Amino acid sequence: MTMKNNELETKSELQDESLFKGSLGRRSFLQYAGASAAGIALVAAGCRKDRGVENVMTGATLDFKNEIGVLNYAYALEQLEAAFYVKVASAPPSSFTTAQKAYFQDIQFHEIAHREFFKNVLSTAAIGSLEVDFSSIDFTSASSVLGAAMTFEDLGVAAYNGAGVRITTDAYLVAAGKIVSVEARHAAYIRDIISNGTFADLSSLSALGADNSKGLDGALTPDKVLAAAGKYIKTKINAINL
Amino acid sequence: MNILNILDEIEKVDGEIYERLSPRRSAMRDFFNVGKKISMAAVPLALGGLFKKAYGQTNPASVNEVLGFALALEYLEWNYYNHALTLANSTYIPDGPARQAITTIRNHERAHVDLLKGALGITGSDQYVYADFDFTAGGTFADVDTNYQTFLKVATAFEDTGVRAYKGQAPILKGMPVLTTALQIHSVEARHAAHLRQMVAANVTGASGLKPWIAYTANGNDTGVSAADAVYAGEQNTTQAGVQITGINGTAVTQSQATESFDEFLTGSDVKKIANLFIKTGKKLA
Repeated sequence: MTMKNNELETKSELQDESLFKGSLGRRSFLQYAGASAAGIALVAAGCRKDRGVENVMTGATLDFKNEIGVLNYAYALEQLEAAFYVKVASAPPSSFTTAQKAYFQDIQFHEIAHREFFKNVLSTAAIGSLEVDFSSIDFTSASSVLGAAMTFEDLGVAAYNGAGVRITTDAYLVAAGKIVSVEARHAAYIRDIISNGTFADLSSLSALGADNSKGLDGALTPDKVLAAAGKYIKTKINAINL
Repeated sequence: MNILNILDEIEKVDGEIYERLSPRRSAMRDFFNVGKKISMAAVPLALGGLFKKAYGQTNPASVNEVLGFALALEYLEWNYYNHALTLANSTYIPDGPARQAITTIRNHERAHVDLLKGALGITGSDQYVYADFDFTAGGTFADVDTNYQTFLKVATAFEDTGVRAYKGQAPILKGMPVLTTALQIHSVEARHAAHLRQMVAANVTGASGLKPWIAYTANGNDTGVSAADAVYAGEQNTTQAGVQITGINGTAVTQSQATESFDEFLTGSDVKKIANLFIKTGKKLA
């Protein structure tokens, strides 16, 4: 493993910690992640226990040295979202209304459309199919499904917002823009089901980089998005050249 | 807090940033030093100042044009909602969730105005005030100040226009840190649009089927408000970057879902035509 990969592993571990234990504020995390190389090397030595090189080599690699990596990143996230909604739409929670079932059908096909779009655009450069892990979601429970849907949509918005600057081809930048606003519409719709009026509750999205005082939605770099999405993806995703 | 991210991104994506910055490295250092002392509330101002210092004279004119254009649209939106919230709530925007939602949206538009003014280095009073606008659009929406349904229709058209407008400008900002900020505004407008569409569905006669996303119709306009046709022109598109989305790869994606799954952009000149319907002579966008 190269030093670069060690750094990424380190960031992921730290992000896991801050997400699940709430022990690190975002700002202090960023400061910590940006600490000296010596500090990173020290931490890296202590956090490789369960992330063996074998897994890395057998997973999907997103190489951000160019746009292909960005498009594959989007493809990976759309695969995740589509898999989730396919499962929801096939057997919606019993408390879903007729209208909600219909709109979740729509969302399912929106995500399938996004997934297949990237697959076709990438052609032979596309990564394979991801294996997902939805064991933390209770698909019979509306609150569990809606909570997961909100997570996926808000995170998806932050992912596109943060990755847009890495896109170098106008047509793909515009396509990403066309998709992200639909993800934001999904996010708003799902949030309003959970609690009407929270469609753009930016203060609840500060961990994703949103800033309510400036009216800004989330924006996250790929390493942070992948760390947050990691619990839903079995396939080891290796992000390089970030 | 995004600032550290943004600075990270500058370093990563703008290959020329250090060349551009080299005489201005002190601006960055000053910013970091200030950043340690100022309160979080003051950060937007400081950020605007940083952009101005960092990009200052080297900021391509086209970027400032985009930001100025975006600012004009935000003035329009902010004045629209801010004025509406001053009108009698007994017959107009009702108390409770509706008023709260419009207040949320109004506050975001104000934040966008302030952010863009800061990014452009504009200090002092707003360049557009309520008196510069005609929200009846020359009488097309004559009862916009008294009819809640009309208010919601126009608001939805504004938000859907905003979503399309930011998208259309993205290529000009390609690869620049300011693109990230623009995208962060863009998706907030999309959240507004989705909520307003739900408010329209709940309150506007004959519009109960309006979805949070833009469904297929032959001319792109799914709102039933024909005066807003220009806002939705082209939304019926189902081909993206040369890829046909309807039934893509043997899936069951319908024509409407293909349309819904991608929002379309509008060119700057098309957006200006729409905005100018609501701007009085002498202040119209060129």
